[in-house]
Amino acid sequence: MEARDRYLGETPAWCPGCGNFSILNAFTAALEAEGIEPGGFCIVSGIGQAGKFPHYVKCNTFNGLHGRALPVATGIKLANHELLVVAVGGDGDMYGEGGNHLLHAMRRNIGVKVFVHDNQIYGLTKGQASPTSMEGMVTKNQPFGVLSEQLNPLAMAVALDCGFVARGYAGDREHLTELIRSAFHHDGLSLVDILQPCVSLNKVNTWEWYGKRVYRIGEDHDLGDRVKAFEKALEWGDRIPIGVIYRNDRPSFEKRIPVIEGGPLVDGSGRWQELKERLSGSLKEFY
Amino acid sequence: MDYTIKIGGEAGQGIQTVGDALARVFSRLGCHVFTSQDYESRIRGGHNFYQIRVSDRPVRAPRGPLDILVAFDRASITVHQGELVEQGIIVYDSSQLKESFSGSQFLDVPFVKLATDAGAKPIAANTVATGAILGMLGFSIDPLYDIITALLKRKDNETREQNRRAAVAGYEYAAKNCGRCAFTLKPPGGAKMLMGGNEAIGLGALAADCRFYSAYPMTPSTGIMLFLSSRAKDYGIIVEQAEDEIAAINMALGASFAGVRSMTGTSGGGFALMTEGLSLAAMTETPIVIALAQRPGPATGLPTKTEQADLLFALNAGHGEFPRVIFAPGDPGQAVHLTAKAFDLSQKHQIPVFVMTDQYLADTQWTMDGFSVDGLPMRDWRMDGKEIDGVDDYRRHAFTPSGVSPFAIPGKTRHVVVTDSDEHSEAGHIIEDGPTRKKMVEKRLFLKMDSIRKDISPPLFLGPEEAETVLVSWGSTYGVVREVVEAMPERKMAMLHFSEVFPLPGLEAFDYLDVLKRAKRTVSIEMNATGQFARLLRYETGYSVTDRVLRYDGRPFLVEELMEEL
Repeated sequence: MEARDRYLGETPAWCPGCGNFSILNAFTAALEAEGIEPGGFCIVSGIGQAGKFPHYVKCNTFNGLHGRALPVATGIKLANHELLVVAVGGDGDMYGEGGNHLLHAMRRNIGVKVFVHDNQIYGLTKGQASPTSMEGMVTKNQPFGVLSEQLNPLAMAVALDCGFVARGYAGDREHLTELIRSAFHHDGLSLVDILQPCVSLNKVNTWEWYGKRVYRIGEDHDLGDRVKAFEKALEWGDRIPIGVIYRNDRPSFEKRIPVIEGGPLVDGSGRWQELKERLSGSLKEFY
Repeated sequence: MDYTIKIGGEAGQGIQTVGDALARVFSRLGCHVFTSQDYESRIRGGHNFYQIRVSDRPVRAPRGPLDILVAFDRASITVHQGELVEQGIIVYDSSQLKESFSGSQFLDVPFVKLATDAGAKPIAANTVATGAILGMLGFSIDPLYDIITALLKRKDNETREQNRRAAVAGYEYAAKNCGRCAFTLKPPGGAKMLMGGNEAIGLGALAADCRFYSAYPMTPSTGIMLFLSSRAKDYGIIVEQAEDEIAAINMALGASFAGVRSMTGTSGGGFALMTEGLSLAAMTETPIVIALAQRPGPATGLPTKTEQADLLFALNAGHGEFPRVIFAPGDPGQAVHLTAKAFDLSQKHQIPVFVMTDQYLADTQWTMDGFSVDGLPMRDWRMDGKEIDGVDDYRRHAFTPSGVSPFAIPGKTRHVVVTDSDEHSEAGHIIEDGPTRKKMVEKRLFLKMDSIRKDISPPLFLGPEEAETVLVSWGSTYGVVREVVEAMPERKMAMLHFSEVFPLPGLEAFDYLDVLKRAKRTVSIEMNATGQFARLLRYETGYSVTDRVLRYDGRPFLVEELMEEL
C-alpha cells in the first residue's frame, strides 16, 4: 500500500500545484518509514491553508484556532507524553498570530514537532503580507510594499536555543521526508520551517525563485555550533540553505516534570478510591 | 459573644501572618471564625487591613464595629479609630509608631522590644502582637505554639524557640497590663475547620481529579494555582504557568482533549483574553472548568478590591451560541461542592463550566464543623479504549439523542479522534453544508441544554414561608444576606440565594418565582452597579424585583450597612 493510502484522509481543498501537496506526501512518507500508526500520533493545527493539513491525513486531530496550535499541543503532550504530538501551521499562524506561543514553547522545550508551511504570504485571506514576506513586496494590502523587516524564524530559534532548528523545501521531497523523520526523533521541540510557493498569490517567491536559490547544507556543517548555526540562519538571498541548522541536547520539558516520571498523566486519571484516601489526609490540613 | 478584631498596617509588615495565626488559634479552640482582607496593589507600604470575627455562634460576614484594633501603622489609628465600640481597645507599640497615645482606649505593648528581649529579630513583633491579642482575650495560647512551628518550618529550632518566647512575652504583657480587657467569650472547644475561598476551589478541583491546571497569575485568582501547585506532587497534577491567558485556556483544552481533567483560572481582564478559547471549547465539545474570580473593572479597575460585575460577561462571552453552566458559591463549603460538580457536569455534557467568585470570597476564611467527600460526584464519563476498539466506526461528534457524543482518548484506541474549530461533520472534519450545520447547532445547544437544566439545583430559601420581603442574592453575598435576615426576625424577611446561577434552576422542585410573586417587596442585593443577576432573572423568567441594593465601591457589604439599607 502506498504511504498516502494508508494515511488517506479527506480530499484536500488546496489549489492545484500548491506546495502543500508535496509537504503532505513527504509527511506521510516519513510516517510510513517510521511505522507510526494513524491512531498513534496527533496533529494540532490552527487556521490557514496549512491548518487544514490534519484533515488530509488519517490521524488524531485537534484543528483549533488561529495561532493557538502550540498551547493546545503543549496541553496534549503534557497529558500524554508518550504520544507523538505534531503542530502544523503557516507563517501567519505560527509566526504572526501565534508568535508569543512559539517563543515560550521553545523556552519550555516541550516535545512537540512543529512544521511551518512558510509561503511568505497569507493564503486563506487572499494575498496580504505575512511576517516572512520580504521587505518591499507589494500586495493589495501593502501598496507601498512591505515596510517591516522579514522575520527570520531560524535565527530566532537559534537565539532561543531551540533544540532542533531546520529548514525544508517543498520542492525537495526526499530531503524533506528525512528532515521530518529527524524532527520526530528529536527529544524536545523541533522547528522545521518549510519553504513552499503559493502558486495563486505569491508572485515573487515562486517554484522557480526557490529552485534557483535553495541548496542542501553540506555534511561539514557543525550542528552543535550555535554561532555557526546563527550564521547559517542569516543566509538568505541568492543562496538559501536547507537542512538541519542547529541541534542541542537540552532535555525536553516533559522529562523534567517529576509528576509524570512514572508514566503519562492520563494513565493515572480516574482512580477514585486512591483519591478519596488522599483527600481525607488533605482535609486534616484545614484544622 | 461576637468580637471583631482588625489588624492594620503597611504591606510587608506581616498583618496577614498575624491574622492567619489568630484565625487558626480561634478555630482550633472551637470558635466560629470569619476573616476578610482589604489590601492594595503593592508589595510594600500603603495601608491594608485584615479583619477577624470570632464568636461562639456561626458568623458569615464582616461587621463594622471593632472590639480590638491592632495598629502596626499610624494610618490604622487615623482611619479606623472611629470604628471602635465604646469598650474597644487599640493595641499598638509606641516605639514602632514613634508616637504615644493617651486615653483609656489605647494599650501600648512594646511589640519590638519584647521580641528582641526574647532573642528574636524585630520582625517577630508580629508574634508578640499575636500573643498579646490572645492575652487580651484571655484565650489559651497553647494552639499558637504548633502554628509557630508550622509557620517557621524552614527555620531552625532556635528561631522557633525565640518566636515562642516572644509570643509568651506578648501574651503575659497584655494579660497583665490590659486593665480594661473584659472579654467574656469562652471558646467552646472541639476544633473546627478553617477554609479560604480559593483553597476551597482548589480542594474541589482535587476532589474532582483535576490533573491539569494552566493559568497566568492574576489577583484574586492566583491563590487557586498556588494551592494546586503545593499539592502537585501528592496528587499528580501538572500546574503550568502559561505565557498568557490565551495559552492558559488552550493548554487546558489540549490536556482535556487528551483525556485529563483540566481547569484554568483568572479574573476579568484575563478572561477577556480567554473568550476565544471558550468558544473553542464549545465548538470542539471539550470539557473545561474556568474559575473566574471577579474584581472591579473596566480594564485594570481596582485590582485588589471586590465586585460582582462580570456575571453577564461570563454569560455572554465567546462568539457564537453554545451552552454553558455558571456556578457562584456563597461560602467555601459551597465552593468545594460546586467546583467538584463543575467538573462532573463539564465532563458529562462536554461543555465549559464556570465557578465564579470575587476578591471578597477568594480572600475570606470561614470555619466549618467538618467536611465529607462522600457526597461528591466521583465518576468517569470517558469511554474505555477497549470498548471503542470494538466498534467499527468511531466519530467524536456522533449524533446521539442526548447530544453528547462518546468521549474517546486519542492514542488509547485504534480509532482516530478528530475535532475542529470549524463547523464539522460527526467525524470531526470541516463541513460547510447547511443541513449538517443546523443539526450540529441543535446537538450542541438545544439537546444538551435540555439535559443540563435537569442537573441544576434549586436556590437556597431561608426565612418564613410567608415572607413580606425576600432578599435575592447570588454568589458571595450569601453570608451577609443571611446574617441580616437572621438578625431582624421582626421584619419577616426571607432570602433566596442562587449558587447555581445559569441556567436558572427549573421550577419543578421549588417554585421560587411563586415565592417572589407573593412577597410585597423583593430586593436584589448585588455587588455591581446595574443589578446583573436581577436583569438575568427578568430576562429568563420575566420577573422583575421591586427593589435593589447595589454596592460598587470595591468594598464588601458589612452586616450593619446592609441592615441600614433595608
